Amino acid sequence: MSILEIKELGKTYGTGPRATHAVGRVTFDVEEREFVCVVGPSGCGKTTLLKGIGGLLEPTRGEVLVNGQRVTEPPPETALVFQEYGRSLMPWTSVRSNVLLPLRHKKLDRAERGRLVEEAVEAVGLTRFLDHYPWQLSGGMQQRVAIARALAYQPAILLMDEPFASVDAQTRGDLEDLILRVREEFGITILFVTHDIDESVYLADRVIVLTHSPTEVKEIVPVPLPQPRDQIATKASPEFVELRAHVQRLIRVERVPASV
Amino acid sequence: MTRRRTLAVGLEILVPVLLLFGWQLYTVHAHSFKFPRLSTILVDFKKEWLFAHVGSDLVPSLERIGAGFAIATLVGIALGVLLGMSTVLRRIATPHIEYWRAMPPPALLPISIILLHSIQNRQKVAFIAFFCVFPVLLNTIDAVRGIDPTLIDTARSYRVPWQQRVWRIVLPSALPQIVAGMRNSLALAVIMMVLSEYFSSSSGVGYQLLISKNTFQFGPMWAAIVLIGLLGYLLNALFLLIERRLLAWHRGWRAATPQ
Repeated sequence: MSILEIKELGKTYGTGPRATHAVGRVTFDVEEREFVCVVGPSGCGKTTLLKGIGGLLEPTRGEVLVNGQRVTEPPPETALVFQEYGRSLMPWTSVRSNVLLPLRHKKLDRAERGRLVEEAVEAVGLTRFLDHYPWQLSGGMQQRVAIARALAYQPAILLMDEPFASVDAQTRGDLEDLILRVREEFGITILFVTHDIDESVYLADRVIVLTHSPTEVKEIVPVPLPQPRDQIATKASPEFVELRAHVQRLIRVERVPASV
Repeated sequence: MTRRRTLAVGLEILVPVLLLFGWQLYTVHAHSFKFPRLSTILVDFKKEWLFAHVGSDLVPSLERIGAGFAIATLVGIALGVLLGMSTVLRRIATPHIEYWRAMPPPALLPISIILLHSIQNRQKVAFIAFFCVFPVLLNTIDAVRGIDPTLIDTARSYRVPWQQRVWRIVLPSALPQIVAGMRNSLALAVIMMVLSEYFSSSSGVGYQLLISKNTFQFGPMWAAIVLIGLLGYLLNALFLLIERRLLAWHRGWRAATPQ
Protein backbone atom coordinates (compact mmCIF):
# COMPACT_ATOMS: atom_id res chain seq x y z
CA MET A 1 0.00 0.00 0.00
CA SER A 2 1.32 3.44 -0.91
CA ILE A 3 1.45 6.10 1.75
CA LEU A 4 -0.51 8.50 -0.46
CA GLU A 5 -3.03 7.48 -3.12
CA ILE A 6 -4.84 9.96 -5.31
CA LYS A 7 -7.73 8.30 -7.11
CA GLU A 8 -9.55 10.03 -9.96
CA LEU A 9 -9.47 13.29 -8.05
CA GLY A 10 -11.49 16.09 -9.63
CA LYS A 11 -12.64 19.56 -8.64
CA THR A 12 -15.27 21.60 -10.43
CA TYR A 13 -16.24 25.11 -9.36
CA GLY A 14 -19.84 26.06 -10.03
CA THR A 15 -22.41 24.08 -11.99
CA GLY A 16 -24.03 23.98 -15.41
CA PRO A 17 -22.58 25.65 -18.49
CA ARG A 18 -20.58 28.14 -16.39
CA ALA A 19 -18.79 25.47 -14.37
CA THR A 20 -15.00 25.62 -14.23
CA HIS A 21 -13.31 22.24 -14.34
CA ALA A 22 -10.14 23.08 -12.43
CA VAL A 23 -9.00 19.50 -11.91
CA GLY A 24 -10.35 16.83 -14.27
CA ARG A 25 -9.36 13.35 -13.19
CA VAL A 26 -6.01 12.89 -11.52
CA THR A 27 -4.67 9.53 -10.38
CA PHE A 28 -1.24 8.72 -8.98
CA ASP A 29 0.43 7.18 -5.93
CA VAL A 30 3.32 8.33 -3.79
CA GLU A 31 5.47 5.75 -2.02
CA GLU A 32 6.85 6.16 1.47
CA ARG A 33 9.99 8.33 1.58
CA GLU A 34 9.58 9.20 -2.07
CA PHE A 35 10.13 12.70 -3.46
CA VAL A 36 7.51 13.39 -6.10
CA CYS A 37 7.29 16.63 -8.06
CA VAL A 38 4.15 17.75 -9.85
CA VAL A 39 4.65 20.07 -12.82
CA GLY A 40 2.18 21.44 -15.28
CA PRO A 41 1.43 24.40 -17.50
CA SER A 42 0.45 27.68 -15.82
CA GLY A 43 -3.07 27.72 -14.45
CA CYS A 44 -3.53 23.96 -14.61
CA GLY A 45 -4.96 23.73 -11.11
CA LYS A 46 -1.82 22.60 -9.30
CA THR A 47 -2.71 24.50 -6.15
CA THR A 48 -6.29 23.22 -6.25
CA LEU A 49 -4.94 19.70 -6.55
CA LEU A 50 -2.62 20.13 -3.59
CA LYS A 51 -5.32 21.68 -1.41
CA GLY A 52 -7.53 18.72 -2.28
CA ILE A 53 -4.77 16.31 -1.25
CA GLY A 54 -4.16 18.28 1.96
CA GLY A 55 -7.83 18.10 2.94
CA LEU A 56 -8.37 21.87 2.69
CA LEU A 57 -10.68 21.57 -0.29
CA GLU A 58 -13.43 19.05 -0.80
CA PRO A 59 -13.05 17.35 -4.18
CA THR A 60 -16.09 16.99 -6.43
CA ARG A 61 -14.91 13.62 -7.65
CA GLY A 62 -12.60 10.83 -6.53
CA GLU A 63 -10.73 10.50 -3.28
CA VAL A 64 -7.40 10.84 -1.54
CA LEU A 65 -6.10 8.10 0.75
CA VAL A 66 -3.36 8.60 3.32
CA ASN A 67 -2.17 5.25 4.68
CA GLY A 68 -5.36 3.79 3.26
CA GLN A 69 -7.57 6.29 5.15
CA ARG A 70 -9.85 8.50 3.13
CA VAL A 71 -9.08 12.23 3.55
CA THR A 72 -12.11 14.33 4.56
CA GLU A 73 -10.29 16.99 6.57
CA PRO A 74 -6.58 17.88 6.90
CA PRO A 75 -5.02 14.59 8.00
CA PRO A 76 -2.58 14.54 10.93
CA GLU A 77 0.09 12.93 8.75
CA THR A 78 0.47 15.89 6.39
CA ALA A 79 1.95 19.37 6.68
CA LEU A 80 1.52 22.00 3.99
CA VAL A 81 4.06 24.68 3.04
CA PHE A 82 2.61 27.53 1.00
CA GLN A 83 4.25 29.69 -1.61
CA GLU A 84 3.42 32.91 0.21
CA TYR A 85 5.69 32.59 3.26
CA GLY A 86 5.00 36.22 4.14
CA ARG A 87 1.32 35.42 4.53
CA SER A 88 1.48 32.02 6.19
CA LEU A 89 3.74 33.20 9.05
CA MET A 90 2.33 35.20 11.96
CA PRO A 91 3.98 38.63 11.94
CA TRP A 92 3.04 39.42 15.57
CA THR A 93 5.15 36.74 17.14
CA SER A 94 8.64 35.27 17.11
CA VAL A 95 10.11 32.57 14.90
CA ARG A 96 10.02 30.25 17.93
CA SER A 97 6.34 30.86 18.53
CA ASN A 98 5.53 30.47 14.83
CA VAL A 99 7.22 27.07 14.76
CA LEU A 100 5.46 26.15 18.00
CA LEU A 101 1.99 26.82 16.56
CA PRO A 102 1.26 23.30 15.27
CA LEU A 103 2.64 21.70 18.46
CA ARG A 104 0.57 23.55 21.04
CA HIS A 105 -2.40 21.24 20.70
CA LYS A 106 -0.36 18.04 20.41
CA LYS A 107 -0.14 15.85 23.49
CA LEU A 108 3.47 16.62 24.33
CA ASP A 109 5.14 17.96 27.42
CA ARG A 110 6.78 21.35 27.45
CA ALA A 111 10.34 20.08 27.15
CA GLU A 112 9.41 17.85 24.23
CA ARG A 113 7.79 20.76 22.42
CA GLY A 114 10.82 22.94 22.98
CA ARG A 115 13.11 20.20 21.72
CA LEU A 116 11.08 19.69 18.53
CA VAL A 117 11.08 23.42 17.81
CA GLU A 118 14.79 23.74 18.34
CA GLU A 119 15.60 20.66 16.25
CA ALA A 120 13.45 21.86 13.38
CA VAL A 121 14.87 25.37 13.46
CA GLU A 122 18.38 23.97 13.61
CA ALA A 123 17.69 21.74 10.61
CA VAL A 124 16.98 24.86 8.55
CA GLY A 125 19.93 26.74 10.04
CA LEU A 126 18.03 29.52 11.82
CA THR A 127 18.89 28.83 15.46
CA ARG A 128 20.33 32.34 15.83
CA PHE A 129 17.01 33.83 14.78
CA LEU A 130 14.65 31.97 17.13
CA ASP A 131 13.60 35.16 18.88
CA HIS A 132 13.36 37.38 15.81
CA TYR A 133 10.10 38.36 14.19
CA PRO A 134 9.65 36.67 10.79
CA TRP A 135 9.57 40.00 8.98
CA GLN A 136 13.02 40.81 10.27
CA LEU A 137 14.33 37.98 8.08
CA SER A 138 14.88 37.78 4.32
CA GLY A 139 12.37 36.02 2.06
CA GLY A 140 14.40 32.84 1.82
CA MET A 141 14.83 32.73 5.59
CA GLN A 142 11.12 33.23 6.11
CA GLN A 143 10.40 30.26 3.88
CA ARG A 144 12.88 28.28 5.96
CA VAL A 145 10.85 29.20 9.05
CA ALA A 146 7.75 27.85 7.32
CA ILE A 147 9.65 24.64 6.52
CA ALA A 148 10.86 24.37 10.13
CA ARG A 149 7.27 24.73 11.32
CA ALA A 150 6.22 21.91 9.04
CA LEU A 151 9.11 19.70 10.25
CA ALA A 152 8.35 20.36 13.91
CA TYR A 153 4.86 19.00 13.29
CA GLN A 154 6.55 15.65 12.44
CA PRO A 155 4.49 14.88 9.36
CA ALA A 156 4.87 11.67 7.39
CA ILE A 157 4.11 13.63 4.22
CA LEU A 158 5.21 17.14 3.41
CA LEU A 159 3.06 18.91 0.81
CA MET A 160 4.74 21.90 -0.79
CA ASP A 161 2.97 24.38 -3.04
CA GLU A 162 5.54 26.19 -5.22
CA PRO A 163 7.48 26.98 -2.06
CA PHE A 164 10.48 28.55 -3.77
CA ALA A 165 8.68 30.52 -6.45
CA SER A 166 9.03 33.91 -4.75
CA VAL A 167 12.74 33.87 -3.89
CA ASP A 168 15.75 34.78 -6.01
CA ALA A 169 17.61 32.15 -8.03
CA GLN A 170 20.57 31.76 -5.70
CA THR A 171 18.42 31.39 -2.57
CA ARG A 172 16.27 28.98 -4.50
CA GLY A 173 19.22 26.67 -5.18
CA ASP A 174 20.12 26.76 -1.47
CA LEU A 175 16.55 25.95 -0.45
CA GLU A 176 16.39 23.07 -2.94
CA ASP A 177 19.48 21.53 -1.41
CA LEU A 178 18.11 22.20 2.06
CA ILE A 179 14.90 20.32 1.33
CA LEU A 180 16.84 17.36 -0.12
CA ARG A 181 18.98 17.21 3.02
CA VAL A 182 15.97 17.55 5.32
CA ARG A 183 14.22 14.75 3.49
CA GLU A 184 17.16 12.43 4.22
CA GLU A 185 17.49 13.60 7.80
CA PHE A 186 13.80 13.32 8.72
CA GLY A 187 12.93 10.44 6.40
CA ILE A 188 9.75 12.09 5.12
CA THR A 189 7.72 11.72 1.96
CA ILE A 190 7.51 14.89 -0.11
CA LEU A 191 4.95 15.95 -2.69
CA PHE A 192 6.26 19.11 -4.29
CA VAL A 193 4.26 21.25 -6.72
CA THR A 194 6.21 23.58 -8.99
CA HIS A 195 6.05 25.23 -12.39
CA ASP A 196 9.83 25.13 -12.71
CA ILE A 197 10.93 22.16 -14.84
CA ASP A 198 14.61 22.32 -13.76
CA GLU A 199 13.57 22.30 -10.16
CA SER A 200 11.24 19.33 -10.58
CA VAL A 201 13.85 17.16 -12.30
CA TYR A 202 16.59 18.22 -9.87
CA LEU A 203 14.58 17.35 -6.76
CA ALA A 204 12.37 14.42 -7.66
CA ASP A 205 12.48 10.66 -7.76
CA ARG A 206 9.52 10.91 -10.11
CA VAL A 207 8.03 13.87 -11.95
CA ILE A 208 4.30 13.90 -12.58
CA VAL A 209 3.49 16.00 -15.63
CA LEU A 210 -0.04 17.39 -15.76
CA THR A 211 -2.13 18.47 -18.72
CA HIS A 212 -3.79 21.87 -18.85
CA SER A 213 -7.21 22.34 -17.26
CA PRO A 214 -9.26 20.20 -16.74
CA THR A 215 -6.15 18.60 -15.35
CA GLU A 216 -5.16 15.00 -15.85
CA VAL A 217 -1.86 13.18 -15.51
CA LYS A 218 -0.07 13.35 -18.86
CA GLU A 219 2.95 11.28 -18.00
CA ILE A 220 4.87 10.06 -15.00
CA VAL A 221 8.60 10.50 -15.60
CA PRO A 222 11.02 8.50 -13.39
CA VAL A 223 14.20 10.40 -12.54
CA PRO A 224 17.00 7.86 -12.05
CA LEU A 225 19.65 10.50 -11.33
CA PRO A 226 22.11 9.49 -8.58
CA GLN A 227 21.82 10.84 -5.03
CA PRO A 228 23.04 13.07 -3.51
CA ARG A 229 22.31 15.65 -6.15
CA ASP A 230 24.51 18.63 -6.81
CA GLN A 231 23.47 21.97 -8.25
CA ILE A 232 26.33 22.06 -10.74
CA ALA A 233 27.28 18.41 -11.44
CA THR A 234 23.74 17.04 -11.58
CA LYS A 235 22.42 19.86 -13.71
CA ALA A 236 25.35 19.49 -16.14
CA SER A 237 24.91 15.73 -16.57
CA PRO A 238 23.56 14.51 -19.94
CA GLU A 239 20.85 12.50 -18.15
CA PHE A 240 19.56 15.62 -16.42
CA VAL A 241 19.57 17.61 -19.65
CA GLU A 242 17.75 14.82 -21.46
CA LEU A 243 15.08 14.47 -18.75
CA ARG A 244 14.55 18.20 -18.56
CA ALA A 245 14.08 18.41 -22.32
CA HIS A 246 11.62 15.54 -22.19
CA VAL A 247 9.49 17.19 -19.49
CA GLN A 248 9.70 20.50 -21.30
CA ARG A 249 8.40 18.94 -24.53
CA LEU A 250 5.51 17.37 -22.64
CA ILE A 251 4.51 20.70 -21.16
CA ARG A 252 4.97 22.72 -24.35
CA VAL A 253 2.46 20.55 -26.16
CA GLU A 254 0.07 21.31 -23.32
CA ARG A 255 0.23 25.07 -23.59
CA VAL A 256 -3.04 26.51 -24.82
CA PRO A 257 -2.18 28.18 -28.17
CA ALA A 258 -4.48 31.13 -27.53
CA SER A 259 -2.61 32.04 -24.36
CA VAL A 260 0.80 32.29 -26.03
CA MET B 1 15.81 66.53 10.83
CA THR B 2 16.35 67.12 14.56
CA ARG B 3 16.14 70.89 14.01
CA ARG B 4 12.83 70.49 12.24
CA ARG B 5 11.64 68.26 15.05
CA THR B 6 12.68 70.80 17.67
CA LEU B 7 10.82 73.45 15.71
CA ALA B 8 7.70 71.25 15.51
CA VAL B 9 7.71 70.54 19.24
CA GLY B 10 8.34 74.21 19.95
CA LEU B 11 5.35 75.22 17.85
CA GLU B 12 3.22 72.55 19.48
CA ILE B 13 3.81 74.29 22.80
CA LEU B 14 4.01 77.86 21.54
CA VAL B 15 0.71 77.95 19.64
CA PRO B 16 -1.51 77.00 22.61
CA VAL B 17 0.39 79.41 24.85
CA LEU B 18 -0.21 82.22 22.37
CA LEU B 19 -3.88 81.32 22.09
CA LEU B 20 -4.27 81.34 25.87
CA PHE B 21 -2.41 84.64 26.05
CA GLY B 22 -4.78 86.03 23.41
CA TRP B 23 -7.75 84.81 25.43
CA GLN B 24 -6.44 86.53 28.55
CA LEU B 25 -5.76 89.74 26.62
CA TYR B 26 -9.24 89.73 25.14
CA THR B 27 -11.07 88.87 28.36
CA VAL B 28 -9.23 91.49 30.40
CA HIS B 29 -10.64 94.17 28.13
CA ALA B 30 -13.99 92.59 27.31
CA HIS B 31 -15.34 92.61 30.88
CA SER B 32 -17.92 90.03 29.83
CA PHE B 33 -19.17 87.76 32.60
CA LYS B 34 -19.83 85.03 30.02
CA PHE B 35 -16.15 85.10 29.08
CA PRO B 36 -14.27 85.33 32.36
CA ARG B 37 -10.58 86.06 32.34
CA LEU B 38 -8.28 83.14 31.83
CA SER B 39 -6.77 83.94 35.22
CA THR B 40 -10.25 83.74 36.79
CA ILE B 41 -10.90 80.41 35.09
CA LEU B 42 -7.59 79.07 36.36
CA VAL B 43 -8.35 80.24 39.90
CA ASP B 44 -11.76 78.58 39.69
CA PHE B 45 -10.18 75.48 38.21
CA LYS B 46 -7.83 75.28 41.17
CA LYS B 47 -10.67 75.85 43.61
CA GLU B 48 -12.99 73.30 42.02
CA TRP B 49 -10.73 70.61 40.67
CA LEU B 50 -7.52 70.76 42.77
CA PHE B 51 -8.85 68.79 44.55
CA ALA B 52 -12.23 69.69 46.09
CA HIS B 53 -14.40 67.84 43.56
CA VAL B 54 -11.96 65.18 42.55
CA GLY B 55 -13.32 62.53 44.89
CA SER B 56 -16.97 63.56 44.61
CA ASP B 57 -17.16 64.16 40.84
CA LEU B 58 -14.02 63.42 38.82
CA VAL B 59 -13.54 59.92 40.21
CA PRO B 60 -17.16 58.87 39.56
CA SER B 61 -16.90 60.20 36.01
CA LEU B 62 -13.67 58.29 35.41
CA GLU B 63 -15.21 55.14 36.88
CA ARG B 64 -18.13 55.41 34.49
CA ILE B 65 -15.87 55.94 31.50
CA GLY B 66 -13.66 53.07 32.59
CA ALA B 67 -16.48 50.58 33.19
CA GLY B 68 -18.47 51.60 30.11
CA PHE B 69 -15.42 51.47 27.88
CA ALA B 70 -14.31 48.11 29.29
CA ILE B 71 -17.73 46.54 28.78
CA ALA B 72 -18.00 48.00 25.27
CA THR B 73 -14.55 46.65 24.37
CA LEU B 74 -15.22 43.13 25.64
CA VAL B 75 -18.69 42.88 24.11
CA GLY B 76 -17.52 44.50 20.87
CA ILE B 77 -14.59 42.13 20.42
CA ALA B 78 -16.50 38.97 21.41
CA LEU B 79 -19.48 39.79 19.22
CA GLY B 80 -17.25 41.07 16.44
CA VAL B 81 -15.22 37.86 16.26
CA LEU B 82 -18.42 35.82 16.17
CA LEU B 83 -20.03 37.95 13.45
CA GLY B 84 -16.78 38.24 11.53
CA MET B 85 -16.44 34.48 11.33
CA SER B 86 -20.06 33.58 10.57
CA THR B 87 -21.64 34.87 7.37
CA VAL B 88 -25.10 33.77 8.50
CA LEU B 89 -24.95 35.51 11.88
CA ARG B 90 -23.51 38.61 10.22
CA ARG B 91 -26.37 38.74 7.75
CA ILE B 92 -28.89 38.47 10.58
CA ALA B 93 -27.19 41.04 12.81
CA THR B 94 -26.22 43.74 10.32
CA PRO B 95 -29.59 45.55 10.03
CA HIS B 96 -29.87 45.68 13.83
CA ILE B 97 -26.37 47.06 14.18
CA GLU B 98 -26.99 49.68 11.51
CA TYR B 99 -30.30 50.70 13.12
CA TRP B 100 -28.95 51.26 16.62
CA ARG B 101 -25.71 52.75 15.38
CA ALA B 102 -27.68 55.45 13.57
CA MET B 103 -29.63 56.30 16.76
CA PRO B 104 -28.66 59.72 18.17
CA PRO B 105 -27.53 59.02 21.76
CA PRO B 106 -29.70 61.71 23.44
CA ALA B 107 -32.79 59.96 22.08
CA LEU B 108 -32.09 57.02 24.36
CA LEU B 109 -31.31 59.00 27.52
CA PRO B 110 -34.87 59.14 28.92
CA ILE B 111 -35.64 55.50 28.23
CA SER B 112 -32.33 54.40 29.72
CA ILE B 113 -33.27 56.03 33.02
CA ILE B 114 -36.73 54.46 33.02
CA LEU B 115 -35.58 51.01 32.00
CA LEU B 116 -32.72 50.89 34.48
CA HIS B 117 -34.50 52.67 37.35
CA SER B 118 -31.36 54.61 37.91
CA ILE B 119 -29.57 57.87 37.39
CA GLN B 120 -26.53 56.39 39.10
CA ASN B 121 -23.63 54.35 37.82
CA ARG B 122 -25.80 51.53 36.49
CA GLN B 123 -27.51 53.78 33.97
CA LYS B 124 -24.42 55.84 33.15
CA VAL B 125 -22.22 52.80 32.53
CA ALA B 126 -24.90 51.08 30.45
CA PHE B 127 -25.44 54.21 28.38
CA ILE B 128 -21.72 54.72 27.73
CA ALA B 129 -21.18 51.03 26.97
CA PHE B 130 -24.11 50.84 24.56
CA PHE B 131 -22.82 53.56 22.26
CA CYS B 132 -19.13 52.75 22.64
CA VAL B 133 -19.68 49.20 21.47
CA PHE B 134 -20.18 50.16 17.84
CA PRO B 135 -16.72 51.38 16.79
CA VAL B 136 -15.10 48.30 18.39
CA LEU B 137 -17.73 45.95 17.00
CA LEU B 138 -17.60 47.22 13.42
CA ASN B 139 -13.81 47.34 13.34
CA THR B 140 -13.56 43.83 14.77
CA ILE B 141 -16.01 42.40 12.23
CA ASP B 142 -14.12 44.07 9.41
CA ALA B 143 -10.73 42.93 10.68
CA VAL B 144 -11.81 39.33 11.22
CA ARG B 145 -13.30 39.18 7.74
CA GLY B 146 -10.06 40.54 6.32
CA ILE B 147 -7.74 37.94 7.82
CA ASP B 148 -5.43 36.43 5.23
CA PRO B 149 -6.95 33.13 4.01
CA THR B 150 -3.43 31.66 3.78
CA LEU B 151 -3.11 32.05 7.54
CA ILE B 152 -6.45 30.35 8.12
CA ASP B 153 -5.50 27.53 5.72
CA THR B 154 -2.21 27.14 7.60
CA ALA B 155 -4.04 26.76 10.90
CA ARG B 156 -6.54 24.33 9.37
CA SER B 157 -3.86 22.16 7.79
CA TYR B 158 -2.11 21.90 11.17
CA ARG B 159 -5.44 20.99 12.76
CA VAL B 160 -5.22 23.87 15.22
CA PRO B 161 -8.41 23.67 17.34
CA TRP B 162 -10.86 26.57 17.02
CA GLN B 163 -10.22 28.07 20.47
CA GLN B 164 -6.53 28.37 19.65
CA ARG B 165 -7.34 29.62 16.17
CA VAL B 166 -9.35 32.46 17.69
CA TRP B 167 -6.83 33.20 20.43
CA ARG B 168 -3.56 32.77 18.54
CA ILE B 169 -4.49 33.80 15.01
CA VAL B 170 -7.79 35.67 14.66
CA LEU B 171 -7.42 38.04 17.61
CA PRO B 172 -3.75 39.03 17.14
CA SER B 173 -4.30 39.43 13.43
CA ALA B 174 -7.32 41.68 14.00
CA LEU B 175 -5.75 43.58 16.89
CA PRO B 176 -4.44 46.66 15.01
CA GLN B 177 -7.91 47.39 13.64
CA ILE B 178 -9.61 46.54 16.94
CA VAL B 179 -7.34 48.99 18.75
CA ALA B 180 -8.20 51.70 16.20
CA GLY B 181 -11.86 51.09 17.00
CA MET B 182 -11.16 51.22 20.72
CA ARG B 183 -9.56 54.61 20.35
CA ASN B 184 -12.71 55.97 18.71
CA SER B 185 -14.77 54.37 21.48
CA LEU B 186 -12.70 56.00 24.17
CA ALA B 187 -13.33 59.46 22.71
CA LEU B 188 -17.01 58.56 22.46
CA ALA B 189 -17.01 57.42 26.11
CA VAL B 190 -16.02 60.91 27.28
CA ILE B 191 -18.86 62.43 25.25
CA MET B 192 -21.39 59.92 26.56
CA MET B 193 -20.19 60.49 30.13
CA VAL B 194 -20.73 64.26 29.92
CA LEU B 195 -24.04 63.85 28.11
CA SER B 196 -25.53 61.39 30.57
CA GLU B 197 -24.30 63.29 33.62
CA TYR B 198 -25.52 66.60 32.28
CA PHE B 199 -28.97 65.19 31.57
CA SER B 200 -29.60 63.69 34.99
CA SER B 201 -27.18 62.93 37.74
CA SER B 202 -26.13 63.69 41.27
CA SER B 203 -22.40 63.58 40.71
CA GLY B 204 -19.79 63.80 37.99
CA VAL B 205 -18.01 66.32 35.83
CA GLY B 206 -21.07 66.73 33.62
CA TYR B 207 -23.19 67.31 36.72
CA GLN B 208 -20.85 70.08 37.89
CA LEU B 209 -21.16 71.65 34.45
CA LEU B 210 -24.94 71.65 34.81
CA ILE B 211 -24.89 73.06 38.37
CA SER B 212 -22.60 75.92 37.45
CA LYS B 213 -24.75 76.74 34.42
CA ASN B 214 -27.94 76.72 36.48
CA THR B 215 -26.38 78.98 39.13
CA PHE B 216 -24.81 81.35 36.54
CA GLN B 217 -21.29 80.60 37.77
CA PHE B 218 -19.41 81.04 34.54
CA GLY B 219 -15.95 80.69 36.04
CA PRO B 220 -16.58 77.15 37.36
CA MET B 221 -18.44 76.31 34.16
CA TRP B 222 -15.40 77.22 32.08
CA ALA B 223 -13.23 75.34 34.55
CA ALA B 224 -15.34 72.24 33.95
CA ILE B 225 -15.01 72.70 30.18
CA VAL B 226 -11.24 72.94 30.56
CA LEU B 227 -11.25 69.78 32.67
CA ILE B 228 -13.34 67.82 30.16
CA GLY B 229 -11.04 68.86 27.35
CA LEU B 230 -7.98 67.84 29.32
CA LEU B 231 -9.61 64.55 30.21
CA GLY B 232 -10.23 63.63 26.57
CA TYR B 233 -6.75 64.73 25.57
CA LEU B 234 -4.97 62.81 28.32
CA LEU B 235 -7.02 59.63 27.91
CA ASN B 236 -6.17 59.63 24.22
CA ALA B 237 -2.48 60.23 24.95
CA LEU B 238 -2.45 57.39 27.48
CA PHE B 239 -4.15 55.11 24.99
CA LEU B 240 -1.61 55.94 22.27
CA LEU B 241 1.18 55.11 24.69
CA ILE B 242 -0.28 51.67 25.36
CA GLU B 243 -1.00 51.15 21.66
CA ARG B 244 2.61 51.85 20.73
CA ARG B 245 3.80 49.10 23.06
CA LEU B 246 1.07 46.64 22.14
CA LEU B 247 1.45 47.05 18.40
CA ALA B 248 5.20 47.50 18.09
CA TRP B 249 5.26 44.42 15.83
CA HIS B 250 2.70 45.99 13.55
CA ARG B 251 4.78 49.07 12.81
CA GLY B 252 7.88 46.94 12.20
CA TRP B 253 5.99 44.55 9.98
CA ARG B 254 4.39 47.31 7.93
CA ALA B 255 7.74 49.01 7.47
CA ALA B 256 9.33 45.71 6.38
CA THR B 257 6.55 44.55 4.03
CA PRO B 258 5.55 46.38 0.88
CA GLN B 259 1.77 46.57 1.32
